[in-house]
Amino acid sequence: MSSDPKIDGFELKPGFRGMASDTGSDQTMFKGVHWGKAMMWIFLVSDTFVFSCFLIAYMKGRGSTPVEWPNPSEVFALDAFGVPVPLLLIALMTFVLITSSGTMALAVKYGYEKNRKMCGWLILATAIGGLTFVGMQVYEWSKLIHEGVRPWGNPFGAAQFGSFFFMITGFHGTHVSIGVIFLFIYAYKVFAGHYENGGKRGWFTTMKGDYVEIEILGLYWHFVDLVWVFIFAFFYLW
Amino acid sequence: MDNTDQISEKEKKGEGSTHKIGIYLWIWGLLFVLSFFSYMVDWYQFQGMLRWSLILFFMFAKAGLIMAFFMHLFWERYALVNVLLWPMTAIACFIFLMAAEFQYTLFTRMFYFFVGGAV
Repeated sequence: MSSDPKIDGFELKPGFRGMASDTGSDQTMFKGVHWGKAMMWIFLVSDTFVFSCFLIAYMKGRGSTPVEWPNPSEVFALDAFGVPVPLLLIALMTFVLITSSGTMALAVKYGYEKNRKMCGWLILATAIGGLTFVGMQVYEWSKLIHEGVRPWGNPFGAAQFGSFFFMITGFHGTHVSIGVIFLFIYAYKVFAGHYENGGKRGWFTTMKGDYVEIEILGLYWHFVDLVWVFIFAFFYLW
Repeated sequence: MDNTDQISEKEKKGEGSTHKIGIYLWIWGLLFVLSFFSYMVDWYQFQGMLRWSLILFFMFAKAGLIMAFFMHLFWERYALVNVLLWPMTAIACFIFLMAAEFQYTLFTRMFYFFVGGAV
């Protein structure tokens, strides 16, 4: 691997040989990986299981009903200049989320280069992208609720449609909203210089801040985008 | 120059990695293109196996790019990468179990709702 870290006192080997020696040695297992990063990854794996359970439940619900499933292409169509365009809003939401994922990746890069201003502005741009996404989702929800979609039934087809829709997109939207809150907090922390000159101590800890926190925040944000990729494929396109 | 020296020194200390901006812009662009194609799957109303395989292909391509480059897994040590990816096989097993289950549920529903059970 191209950027295997070098740590004093360790002779780290790359690739699978490195994995065997990392796992078989004492002290830390994920050598050269910040503990916060490892913990965020473990949280994300558990969150992956939660989202998989929702999507698998949706697969089972949709597969086991003898009633026809509502056609997402028509249910989620949006009128643009009087013409119904299939999945228009969902496509826009996807592009907004990918855009915010890109700005987040760049924020992480500029953070590690200690470019405070660029990092801060890019995090702010990411937050605004996330906010736009949540706003569009609110619009989508209210539109469907006006059309009579409920967790227990809807005018388009199988009754299970609404419950899966509100559960899955609602849980994802909650993740986005929490991410937006943290993005604003970290934009403030970056602009305020909490990671400059060796770092200031954090709010709930005596440990010094470091730009690695931006990468950890980025991991969460990219995960939210990743989940949307699966929801887009299975719920909206399938 | 000075700047590159600093970066390589930082990498030696293991303080996190910086990569060239080009790779991020490339992945970003690819994600847009792949999303556009997956939207086109719906636009042109492909049906059946073609639709499902295209959806899955674009989905896994996008997920792979995000995880490998935006989430830096491509550059992480294998000890971390493997701990993250092996649990996903459990999800695959669960999908197979539940796929078998929904077919059985559908069969019994059809059988009792429409046929009226054993004759």
